[in-house]
Amino acid sequence: MKETLRKLDFLLLPLLGAAVITGLWYFSSATWAGDLPNPTKTWTESKPYVLDPFGKRGEMDQGILRFTWLSLILVAKGYSIALILGTPIGFFLGLSKTFTKAFDPIIQILRPVSPLAWLPLGMVFFAKVKGVNISEMAALFTIALCSMWPTVLNTAVGVRAIPTDYMNVARVLKLSRWKTLTKVMIPATLPYMFTGFRLSLGIAWLVIVAAEMLTGRPGVGGFLWQQYNALVYEQIILCILTIGLVGFVLDRLMSVVERRFKTA
Amino acid sequence: MNDYLEIFNLKKVYPSAKGPQTIVQGFNLKLRKGEFVTVIGHSGCGKSTVLMMVAGLSTITDGGIVLAGKELDGPGPDRGIVFQSPSLLPWMTAKENVMLGIEQVFFTAEKAEREQIAEYYLTVVGLADSMHKKPGELSQGMRQRVGIARAFALKPKMLLLDEPFGMLDSLTRYELQAVLLELWRKNKITAMMVTHDVDEALYLSDRIVCMTDGPEAGIGEIIEVNFPRPRDRKAVMEHPDYYQLRARLIEFLEVHAHKKKPAALAPVSATAVAITA
Repeated sequence: MKETLRKLDFLLLPLLGAAVITGLWYFSSATWAGDLPNPTKTWTESKPYVLDPFGKRGEMDQGILRFTWLSLILVAKGYSIALILGTPIGFFLGLSKTFTKAFDPIIQILRPVSPLAWLPLGMVFFAKVKGVNISEMAALFTIALCSMWPTVLNTAVGVRAIPTDYMNVARVLKLSRWKTLTKVMIPATLPYMFTGFRLSLGIAWLVIVAAEMLTGRPGVGGFLWQQYNALVYEQIILCILTIGLVGFVLDRLMSVVERRFKTA
Repeated sequence: MNDYLEIFNLKKVYPSAKGPQTIVQGFNLKLRKGEFVTVIGHSGCGKSTVLMMVAGLSTITDGGIVLAGKELDGPGPDRGIVFQSPSLLPWMTAKENVMLGIEQVFFTAEKAEREQIAEYYLTVVGLADSMHKKPGELSQGMRQRVGIARAFALKPKMLLLDEPFGMLDSLTRYELQAVLLELWRKNKITAMMVTHDVDEALYLSDRIVCMTDGPEAGIGEIIEVNFPRPRDRKAVMEHPDYYQLRARLIEFLEVHAHKKKPAALAPVSATAVAITA
């Protein structure tokens, strides 16, 4: 009996944890947090969004997976910009002491700034640019800027950690700069780069909610904020669970990719 | 006339916390074409520093090195180097590692021809069946075989070996010494090796250069090794001169290598006095 229980640990313990949290949730909504909908009510009110996940009844009234999809597209765009800019910056930081001395202080200062602070600046940035969707550009600006740093810093660390032995091989064989970069430096740095990419993706997803809230774009975060303003609190929790679940899946996927490159 | 590699008055000074420190000084050595010379000395005496200066991977403070009538300036594929750790690129297969160098040296050759060169040398070192494996799948000894194949495949003017078998167990070391000796003999290549293994030096070399301890290390003694070639380990060890030469080398390492030590220590004790005073 004891043996079987231990074997089911992986299933029973998380269920127990979830049950405890749900219990606290019931208790809170019944006592001190009067506005908080209890789990049953949350489920009944969220049903239409979950059972018809791709439905579209209006711009701000869509199935939860449809909203997720819109958010993911925005994240994918911002995240791509972050990688395209962040990786070369990381390489420069790793390669050049002068570059590091010039830009590291400013990076260290910009890095901890919250997305909530960047977004208004993004709006200002693109306000006078013609032919663009200002709110989208501001959101992309914020996502890219906030999620870039782990990629930048990890790439820089990876470049600095390239073993002297590998560089000596390149020097002895007189490899061209291009070949040294593509055949030696990039492969040697890849494991570090992918750790950066994974952390960056986590941040990009974190930022999306803030970006959508402030710009009012349709998506999980935008939906959450709209429902809050409309005094419909049930779907806030649905959004939070969705955001958490998607973030978790993204992180798992990236760590699979990351592990592939670890052996390199 | 016959000198192929000439090292003139080589000097190496490293900056250190206590000011510049002279590692090697007044190092003069000439190698004939096709000669196998071993540099022996205690760990940290600067023998690897000398080799790395010949390789061009370490800058020369003073003096000069001439290879085949041309003064050396920086590293290049005309010197095949076998490092102590094989220094293979772990994301490439054994063959790709060897090909990387071949593509640099034989860039005019057809791709098939270049592949043939890589396959030939990998086969000669005994890796015919493992050339498509990555270094992570190879044993330490096999990795060093790739390192040797990579150096020879460049058809270099010279071979530089930096304690190439130092990290191997003795059985593997014996095997690889034989592989190296065979390749050296067939390719008639000039070789300079650094080691602290007396038997290895005797088995492989034409001459053994004994270095004194650093700082300011230099050449203490040069010993001619005239065992007949091609050499067989057993025959070498049974040669009447073997134990006499071995005893001479060990005596050098145990007694004479340190002879500069007291002089080098003197300034240190002088500062100690100054501090107490």
